[in-house]
Amino acid sequence: METTRKLIRKQSVEKLYNALTSNRQVYAPVVAADKQIEYRYNPGFAEVTFGHIRSTLSVKNVVFPKVENLFFYTNARSESTITDIDMSRIPEVVLWGAHPCDNAAFDTLRSIFCWDIKDEFFSKRLEKLAVIGLSCHLSDEYCFCTSVGLSPDSKKGSDILLSLLKNGDYHADILTEKGNEIVKSAADLFETVSDEKEVITEVKQKFSHEQVTSKLSAAFEHPFWVENSLRCIGCGACAYVCPTCACFDIQDETRGKNGKRYRSWDSCGFGLFTLHTSGHNPREVQSQRWRQRIMHKFSYMPERNESLGCVGCGRCSSGCPVDMNIAEQLEALQNI
Amino acid sequence: MSDNIYKPYLMEIENIVEETPDVRTFRLKFKNNEDAEKFVFKAGQFGEYSVLGEGESTFCVASSPTRKGYIECTFRKAGRVTNALANLEIGDTVGFRGPYGNTFPVEQWEGKNLLYIAGGIALPPMRCVIWNTIDLRDKYRDITIVYGARTVSDLVYKNELKEWEDRPDIKLITTVDPGGQTPDWKGEIGFVPLVLEKLAPSSENTVAVLCGPPVMIKFTMPVLKKLGFQDKDIYTTLENRMKCGFGKCGRCNVGKLFVCKDGPVFSYEEILTLPEEY
Amino acid sequence: MDNLVKRAKELLENKTVQVVIGYEAGPTGVIRPAFITDPEKAGKLIYNDKCDQNLAVYLTKKEVKNFGKMAIVATLPVMRSIMMLISEQQLFAESIVVLGISADGNLLDIADINIMQGYIEKSDLSNPEKYKALLAELNKLNPEEKFAYWQKELSKCIKCYACRQACPMCYCTRCTVEVNQPQWIPVQANTHGNMEWHILRAMHLAGRCISCGECGRACPVGIPCHLLTMQLTDQVYTYFKVYAGTSDKMNSVLSTFEPNDKESFII
Repeated sequence: METTRKLIRKQSVEKLYNALTSNRQVYAPVVAADKQIEYRYNPGFAEVTFGHIRSTLSVKNVVFPKVENLFFYTNARSESTITDIDMSRIPEVVLWGAHPCDNAAFDTLRSIFCWDIKDEFFSKRLEKLAVIGLSCHLSDEYCFCTSVGLSPDSKKGSDILLSLLKNGDYHADILTEKGNEIVKSAADLFETVSDEKEVITEVKQKFSHEQVTSKLSAAFEHPFWVENSLRCIGCGACAYVCPTCACFDIQDETRGKNGKRYRSWDSCGFGLFTLHTSGHNPREVQSQRWRQRIMHKFSYMPERNESLGCVGCGRCSSGCPVDMNIAEQLEALQNI
Repeated sequence: MSDNIYKPYLMEIENIVEETPDVRTFRLKFKNNEDAEKFVFKAGQFGEYSVLGEGESTFCVASSPTRKGYIECTFRKAGRVTNALANLEIGDTVGFRGPYGNTFPVEQWEGKNLLYIAGGIALPPMRCVIWNTIDLRDKYRDITIVYGARTVSDLVYKNELKEWEDRPDIKLITTVDPGGQTPDWKGEIGFVPLVLEKLAPSSENTVAVLCGPPVMIKFTMPVLKKLGFQDKDIYTTLENRMKCGFGKCGRCNVGKLFVCKDGPVFSYEEILTLPEEY
Repeated sequence: MDNLVKRAKELLENKTVQVVIGYEAGPTGVIRPAFITDPEKAGKLIYNDKCDQNLAVYLTKKEVKNFGKMAIVATLPVMRSIMMLISEQQLFAESIVVLGISADGNLLDIADINIMQGYIEKSDLSNPEKYKALLAELNKLNPEEKFAYWQKELSKCIKCYACRQACPMCYCTRCTVEVNQPQWIPVQANTHGNMEWHILRAMHLAGRCISCGECGRACPVGIPCHLLTMQLTDQVYTYFKVYAGTSDKMNSVLSTFEPNDKESFII
């Protein structure tokens, strides 16, 4: 559809938020007691933050929850049964105030979950999701969206994108039919655009992802991987805070005869991720696992899923306990 | 079938064969007839077998697609799921998702000689294609099977080995590692690569299918090369760890490929293009 | 700091060690571990009050051990970790050189394990002051409130296991959470499973935790999980008068039986 731009006054933003929370689940960022930025369902408007750079966790859990039940079962030997999940009960959710990097990640996730066979859990959740994004007027040294083909005001993944204006009002870019529906439901809050300037932060480009991808095709055996991953302690923090990491585990949990099979986040950084029952491990040491992380996102995915496995949010680096800074490493890789 | 790609078919265990003390073969029948009628698979494909409450485990379908109405799987007791499977009895329920993955290009092989080389528990992933080609015997020229195990008691499918041995249109060579023989053992004694070297099958118009432990593959490859086999005419299956079976969970990713989607069957020519992470 | 660089350079030049594990400032200024193998690069090493990672975690990592003999920049918690690793036979005293750092940031002369032991024994081994205050606050709560506090905190856990991976004492190649026959701890990161994991982690570290706070520092979602192990450190001291990591022949308090052990838990 043709995209349009409207103006929404500072006071109207609150009205829009309250209108949405009155009949829908709205997932919005708040500053928690421990200063972490976290997303919650329907927090009061006063709690919602508009000034955060990045939430601690990405918002991927609205489409790829950390635990997704796949089905329930009763194990009674010959009489065993399976009860399917009623996917029609997946609720409509409005994601509020997520930044362009996080919103672009939904496309990346789609390229993983919906290539070849479609994953209905993911696609139903995405179908029920409306995204009211917020351009970035703040950034920090960990941000690198401009190095991966995005920008602080990229429209990708948003249904409506709000951009802060100098006077405190917002421009609203209405980008999809879903966004249009929301605007129609509160039409009186949206006005004709003013010529007030938008406040968009500047994110310096650190590397060219095309060049990284082309370098990686011949870098598998490079000593770079060992040299730059000695300090990696092999936790899953980078993968779990990442908006595009989608590797998962499948497990059963039973009480008595009844139980459920679920999938939960997993990470290629864990030693057990690829361990065979025989004891053989194709990726035995941490440098191989770190290489896999970078190769998968910047070499394999572009080739296989026609998407880049990174949106430049910087969470993996800001959240890493040992400063495995991905942008720094990609910059170095570009020049090897 | 619902849209839930993680939901398994419920299968009933129709028969259990104890191949060795820790290897079992299950014959599984669909509990739902509709599922059974719709189910088609090809040689080389695999599935996710589950015991509800214990999880899923990946193995190839071990029966031939030419034999309808059931599937068979052979597994060794090794981890949580296979131990739980081994405790099941006839009539019990097994979950099955599949078939997944690519197939042995049996149509391309028509008119050729087939050389199957397997070691230990790696005969099951090959059994499907062996029976597939035997059941279409007219389409292929010589069929040779070289099968080795550590000891006589580690040989699986003993009844079938007998059947293959007795057939004039199949050449079967069985071997056990030195010291693994019994007093009445009539087969070869020695490691698979050496037995193969002695047998020296012609590579002329021949396809070799090789499955076994990494050490066997490592020493058999040079023998095949010496016999003149081209990389494109040697096939194997990769056994990377898997969870989903359809290229999403990320576990079996090797280079840009997923073993579960692009494999498990690979020609040696393809394997040479992969990073060594299998 | 000059002394540290000089000493590290010497050790590499005369091939006493093949790698020096220390701290450096990354390109963004963040302090991070450094692995120096070339004496010419020893100048990268720094030490300041922001160097708070417990580097002892690298002493058991395969790719670091592959270098050969290791020198390690060691503050008190690192020295205590080394004592524990030697006691638990994860490390040979001969395979390392300790570049001790005093509480005021100066290079110590730690020629051998006995000297290190002497230094440790002279030091205050109770939980660091900044954590004592937090623990005191927590201990004012009644059991229900405490449980509610931890339930809320641990519900944030995503099971990334940064706490475990950052801990020098969590060196097991297969952690109990990864054992699946039986599955002791649920794999999923729900509140119940998270609590089980953190209680189990704390119990495995009781009497072994050297109060470095690394687990809490590593947590990407800000769970103060170090307070769990530190609380146990206090308790172990209260009941057994033992602090972990004071010698290279420590017997783990909770896995050692002595005839005069208190048995008040037996009714």
